Amino acid sequence: MDEDLYREIILDHYKHPSNFGYLPEANAKFRDSNTNCGDTIQMEVRVDGGEIRDIRFTGVGCAVCIASASLLTEKVKGAKISEVMSLGEKDVLSLLGLSSITPERGKCAMLPLKVLKASLIQFQKQA
Amino acid sequence: MLSDQLVVERIRRDFPIFSRLENGKPLIYLDSAATSQRPIQVINAVVEFYEKINSNVHRGLYTMSEEATEAYEAARANVSSFVGCKPEELVFTRNATEALNLVAFSWGRANIKQGDTILITQMEHHSNIIPWQILSAEKKAHLEYIRITDDGLLDPVSVEEGLGKGPKIVAITQASNVLGTINDVKAIAKKAHEAGAICLVDGAQSVPHMPINVKEIGCDFLAFSGHKMLGPMGIGGLYGEFDLLDSMPPFLTGGEMIKEVNLEGASWNDVPYKFEAGTPNVEGAIGLSAAVNYLKGIGMGWVRSHERELIARALPLMLDENGVKVYGPTNPEQRGGVISFNVEGVHAHDVAEIFDSEGITIRSGHHCAMPIMNKFGIPATARVSFYVYNYGDEINVLMNAIKKVKRVFSVG
Ligand SMILES: Cc1ncc(COP(=O)(O)O)c(C=O)c1O
Repeated sequence: MDEDLYREIILDHYKHPSNFGYLPEANAKFRDSNTNCGDTIQMEVRVDGGEIRDIRFTGVGCAVCIASASLLTEKVKGAKISEVMSLGEKDVLSLLGLSSITPERGKCAMLPLKVLKASLIQFQKQA
Repeated sequence: MLSDQLVVERIRRDFPIFSRLENGKPLIYLDSAATSQRPIQVINAVVEFYEKINSNVHRGLYTMSEEATEAYEAARANVSSFVGCKPEELVFTRNATEALNLVAFSWGRANIKQGDTILITQMEHHSNIIPWQILSAEKKAHLEYIRITDDGLLDPVSVEEGLGKGPKIVAITQASNVLGTINDVKAIAKKAHEAGAICLVDGAQSVPHMPINVKEIGCDFLAFSGHKMLGPMGIGGLYGEFDLLDSMPPFLTGGEMIKEVNLEGASWNDVPYKFEAGTPNVEGAIGLSAAVNYLKGIGMGWVRSHERELIARALPLMLDENGVKVYGPTNPEQRGGVISFNVEGVHAHDVAEIFDSEGITIRSGHHCAMPIMNKFGIPATARVSFYVYNYGDEINVLMNAIKKVKRVFSVG
């Protein structure tokens, strides 16, 4: 194990996640899970003028997954859809303060971004 | 009599993997329910096949091919005696999953009709659920589940209700890979027969861990995997009662499983070859036979009592630990060597990761048994599982690792 995995930032965001909950005024919504571990994340997003006005998430998952969702929602508030679409694994790891991650845990870390992107793609298709 | 500790020390010397360090610490392998480790005797048997007699079986007329065929059939005889059946009643498969699918596909498609009932339980591994879901959807049959109680036992009322529906087949695991529960399959097989059903036992978690005799159990089918019982990956077995196997259509088709082929059709080979289409996993069968010899050497009675002792020691400690929830029966007599648990407020993944930092390998997740997770309203559990090479001292390291989890997450 990377001892760093359980540094303050991840544990804090796991125990006290930002933007946890539902967003009644959401116009983009998506939910997905990692089949092997059962981590599940739902993103609810309010998009206005191509920008993320507000975002909330719900779900169950390990510390890495929940912290990733929490940090991600903080980061993307106010961002353009195109900016979110260009985010990748490096960006998520840097949010988590990690330089690398094992492939299995990588899936946990990346689930929130994957779900967020899926919600935006679906939103754009409907628009 | 050697003490348990000495026996285990001697056993461990046969397993090259234990010279590995995990995160700089001696490897504590507590994931044998997923796959076991293999002793040098098994590894050597596979190597020897490749070095000395590698050739296809049931084909060549030359000496070496005959030797390979002999070794393959000797493996069948040895493995069949291990579960108490005749050699021709043992079909080699890739694993338990393939064995279960074979029954659902071959017996199932020939015998299940619209409106029939298939009875399984809520504690099955996905491999003993999905084939029946697909079959029942295809045939418009009813798939019924025997419920489990909060302590992870089959609900006796639900057993009777299920049997009362007149099922054609009762497919049930002998030991749960999540809850550890050992089911009385002998009693279930008897009741199934009285109700007019045949009985399939999933032995993936029992054949490696306790003495098994299919004639004594009275089941019609038994599925198991070699890799969970010290054997190689990619080899497993299906016991089928001879007349039943004989009456069934083939599963996979192609070479080896036929007697005669002409342009109009074909006639099927004899049991068990009818069910072994294509070139089989010969080295796997030989490796599995070596594993069986190894287990016979230490004695399945010893294996069962060794695991029961480990459970009897670990279970009370875990039940007493603040903030730890243990699933399944609390009586070691009703359990195999598996304990599923959660640390309150911590995801099973994180538990496994912190265990790994202590050199302890455990599984976390839904263990391919999502209906059990749903029953207990949880997404996942952490799971420790014991086998012949584990010893009591490892339980202390395990308990310390649980304390470390609680420390890191400031819970409990
Ligand atoms: C109870 C049970 N049945 C079936 C299986 C399937 O075994 P395999 O993956 O070797 O086919 C497993 C494996 O975990 C199991 O625990």
